[in-house]
Parts: sequence; C-alpha cells; structure tokens
Amino acid sequence: MKFIYKSWWKILAVVMVTYTLIAGLLFRVPALPILHETIRNLYFHVPMWMAMLVIFSISVFYSIKYLRTGKEEYDLIAVECVNTGVVFFIFGLVTGMIWAKFAWGEYWSNDPKQNSAAIAFLLYCAYLVLRNSIDEEQKRGKISAVYNIFAFPIMIVLIFILPRLTDSLHPGNGGNPAFGKYDLDSRMRVVLYPAFIAWPLIAVWIATLRYRIRLIENKRNTID
Amino acid sequence: MKKILLSFLMLFLSTFLFAQPANSVEMADEMRSSGKIYVVIATIVIVFIGLAIYLFTIDQRLKKIEREN
Repeated sequence: MKFIYKSWWKILAVVMVTYTLIAGLLFRVPALPILHETIRNLYFHVPMWMAMLVIFSISVFYSIKYLRTGKEEYDLIAVECVNTGVVFFIFGLVTGMIWAKFAWGEYWSNDPKQNSAAIAFLLYCAYLVLRNSIDEEQKRGKISAVYNIFAFPIMIVLIFILPRLTDSLHPGNGGNPAFGKYDLDSRMRVVLYPAFIAWPLIAVWIATLRYRIRLIENKRNTID
Repeated sequence: MKKILLSFLMLFLSTFLFAQPANSVEMADEMRSSGKIYVVIATIVIVFIGLAIYLFTIDQRLKKIEREN
C-alpha cells in the first residue's frame, strides 16, 4: 500500500487525461451520420464507466479481504472506493443522458441500458444507506462487505449483460454494433486507450485521498 | 483490354461513391479551420489542470496531517 503515497502515477494520470483532452478534440474522427462530432464523447463518456468498474472491482477485492482477515482498514478502503465509484457512476449516467438527447432524441428513452444502469445505481445507493444504518462497527463491516460482494456481479449483469440480450439503442447491445466493430479505427484508439488507463487512475487517486482522511478520522475516534 | 479498362474505371467510380456519404456528413470542420477549437481546448485544459493542482495540494496537506498523527 506504499504506492498510494507516491506521486508518479498521479502525475502520469494527469498528463494522460490532458493528452486525451487535447487529442480528443483535435484528432480526426470518422464522419458518421447521426453522431457527427459527438463521436468524440466516446473519449469522455466511456472512460467514466471504466473508472467506475475499476474502482468497484477494487472495492469488492477489499471486501473479500476484510471478510477473510477482519482488518478494519480493508473495510474503509471498500467504502471509500464505493463512495468514489458512485460519483463516476453519476458522471457516466449524466454524460450518457446528454449524448442520448442528441443521438436518440430523449434524455431518458427508457432504454434497457439506461434503466438497468439506474437500477444498478440504486443498488449502490442502498449499500451506502445500509452501511450508515448500522452502528456497531464489526457488524457494519461484515454486512456491508457481504452486500458489496453480491451487489458487484448484479451490477455487472445489469449494465453489461442484460442490455445485450434485448433490443437497445446503445451501441454494443441487442444486435446494435459497438464502436469497436468498424467505426473505432486506429486514430480513435490512440486517444481512447490512454483515457481508459488515465481516468481509472484519477478515480483511484481520489479514493485513496478519501481513504487517508477516513483513516485519520478513524484513529481519532478510537483514541477518544 | 477495353473490358479491363472499363472495370477499373468502374472500380474507381465505386470509391467515389463510398466517399460521397462520408463527405456529406456535417462535421465541425469550420471550427477547426478557423482555429476557434483551440480556445475550447485551452479552456478545458486550464480547468482540468487547475483541478489536478488542487488535488495535489489536498494530497500535500493530508501528508502533513498524517505526519502529525
């Protein structure tokens, strides 16, 4: 866990995001009907989900570790990861809605992808509510860890599997090809893949800051 | 010979046909050629770098508090 105090990967993340901001607006993109210039949203909307996915995965990893060892720090990491992940979840939903208004005509068209993303969002809100409703620390840690471990695969199924089985407007779902099929050429990959690495790093950075604050708070509470 | 030439001509014709819909898609080329896009990029980059520096200062302050604890 020494690396959370290092700054090289934070600088790397900032440099890479700055690169995607510049390259994402300047580099050539495929000219497609309906999408026009909004295809550039791909560089900013999809990495939000990538960041959310990475941060929730870390959270589950530490929830499992907490149940195995009972160390309180692992529980704190899991919570702060969810807290950060929820923010990126909101970013992903809102940017998706704005893009949907342009590409599909409505902010919310009750598309399977949108609906199941909303359900998954409530699932994680319920995690935070559940956690805050239990006073006793060990009980809180155990119950929320178990809930988190169950919530994660349900979130994966809701967002990434169920919409693929039905008709959806979202690319990559229900016979609707993803960008990867033919639109995502190598010009777009040089921007998209760095964004896929950089935004999760930013999310991890924010989560570690929250975790460190939580650690100090926790220490003070136990001394008093 | 004539047939081959004609088929090549048709082949080239098809490339024009493919290029047609790509050209008719409206993109913000004017914004790019006039250089106004750089104003947008400068704004976004300044906002992001500012936020990043802000995060770094939070990180530094936290390090200080951690040392005292």
